[in-house]
Amino acid sequence: MSSVYDKKRSLFQIIMILVCIIAMAAVLFPILNIVATSLSGKNAIAKGQVGIFPREFTLEAYEMVFTNSNIVRSLFFSIALTAGYAFLATFFTILAAYPLSKPDLRGRHVFLVIITVTMYVSAGTIPSYLLVKNLHLMNTVWALVLPGMISPFNLIILRTFFAGINRALYEAAYMDGCGEWGCLFRITIPLSLPSIFTIMLFYAVSRWNGVTDVLYYINKSELYTLQYQLKMMLDSLQIPYRPEEIETMLITPENVKCSTIVFAMVPMLIVYPFVQKYFTRGMTIGGVKE
Amino acid sequence: MGKGVTMKPCKKRRLKRREISLYIMLLIPMLYFVVFHYAPMYGIQVAFKKYNVFQGIADSPWVGFQYFKEAFGAVEFWRAVKNTLLLNLGELLINFPFPIVLAILLNEMCHKRIKNLTQIILYLPHFLSMVIIAGIVYQVFGTAGIVNNIVTSLGFDKVNFLGDSAKWRPLYWGAGIWMGAGYGMIVYLAAMAGINTELYDAAYIDGAGRWKRIWHVTLPQIRPTIVTMTIMNVGKILSIGFERPYLLSNVLVQDVSSVISTYVYSVGLQAGRYDYATAVGLFQSVVALCMVVTANQVAKKCGEEGIM
Repeated sequence: MSSVYDKKRSLFQIIMILVCIIAMAAVLFPILNIVATSLSGKNAIAKGQVGIFPREFTLEAYEMVFTNSNIVRSLFFSIALTAGYAFLATFFTILAAYPLSKPDLRGRHVFLVIITVTMYVSAGTIPSYLLVKNLHLMNTVWALVLPGMISPFNLIILRTFFAGINRALYEAAYMDGCGEWGCLFRITIPLSLPSIFTIMLFYAVSRWNGVTDVLYYINKSELYTLQYQLKMMLDSLQIPYRPEEIETMLITPENVKCSTIVFAMVPMLIVYPFVQKYFTRGMTIGGVKE
Repeated sequence: MGKGVTMKPCKKRRLKRREISLYIMLLIPMLYFVVFHYAPMYGIQVAFKKYNVFQGIADSPWVGFQYFKEAFGAVEFWRAVKNTLLLNLGELLINFPFPIVLAILLNEMCHKRIKNLTQIILYLPHFLSMVIIAGIVYQVFGTAGIVNNIVTSLGFDKVNFLGDSAKWRPLYWGAGIWMGAGYGMIVYLAAMAGINTELYDAAYIDGAGRWKRIWHVTLPQIRPTIVTMTIMNVGKILSIGFERPYLLSNVLVQDVSSVISTYVYSVGLQAGRYDYATAVGLFQSVVALCMVVTANQVAKKCGEEGIM
């Protein structure tokens, strides 16, 4: 906070503004270029005229995306999956975090060790894959939900937060004959809604963006998420440059690739202002140590 | 709130019933951890067995360390180890300073609005999926992409960024900076927000200029965060995520982009050699775990807070 010692118009501050502008441009420029390309005509793209503004404006690339039933269906599937997963994962994380936040719970330490160990030790890709396979979860929606049901990291954050709730409230509730379930739903959850919401967003963002498990466990087009659908589409079009392939490169519809990227990006951009606020807040909850 | 002495008589009976409900709550979560985190460890034995789908994990015949020997003799394995180390080392040296420098500079900024706007925009790529980021990289650096358009308009020949092994690593690190610098910056800014402003006031009164304040106040105050993160990154040098190298690579750059995680995927899940791939994965996780524990020990020796 040494900014108070500076004059707003000093040379250093002006240089700082320039640095900020360059940094922002470096982040935004590629995104704007993709958006512009998705809205441009093929000729303008082939001639290399597209910068951050569209040339020969056309919506044909978006028509191709919206008429592609696979992509539209995967959008709805992704939304449903993300919402369902975030809800379930948050619910079970609360169920685990609440008892573990009670200092008088017998065996609490053992449970915590069992959970924390999983943050550092994992069986590995193949054993996890074999487990999913042996449980017959392959090609079902559960393969995308169950293996990541509770994140130990989120669990610990939430537990720390729950442990900070004033115990006098619980004592009063016990006196009035309230059981643990009543305390959870009437005291803990209402008092921790912002943190619970933050955890839910952590889960939702990771589910929305994750493709590894779809790649590993799913081989059925109805269960492809939007991000995976985008990956498949880019894969089939992504031919790296080799001199003999230059002809095909020119034929590939660049604007369609770009419009699909934009299509997959827009849902996140819509919720971003809201999500980033909660994520920044989540970082401060995580910082609270016992 | 003092512990109520008057509550003692009824406390004992109540506590039992309460405890039972607490254990019921824990039941499903603990079951989850046992099934999805501990049960797979049973499958690790596949690394020492000739795995046969029909015989299953338990009944397949033991072969001892055969797959480990095979891996240590395989060129592809060492290539994957080398690439993992190189990519992580580059990440550590090139990408690591970015967020710190950005955070220090932004901390000196007195235009609140521009500061907030910069934070929000730099943080954005953290929320984009790796697929989208890889798609953007391929579009922007592709032969018809804007970077090549600029290169040709300056009178040079088109540069093959994506299919050339020599240029792939910088691309990987660059994508890392683009997607990660903002997040790291927010972490450091959060650490700086906790610095007591009196320290700056005292330094100012003692005549310290801006650079002296950064050097003698800001940096020492965020040193624990920097040291912890550096040591942990050194510890994680043999672990690498799957999505970034996998999605950014293509067939032409396999010699530099094949890392342990993608090697396990291609040998195990694509070629179906579960036993061999488990052995490779096990080797990696054992070495990685040892390194993390050592790094944590070093962090504590240096008087910093470890992560465990």
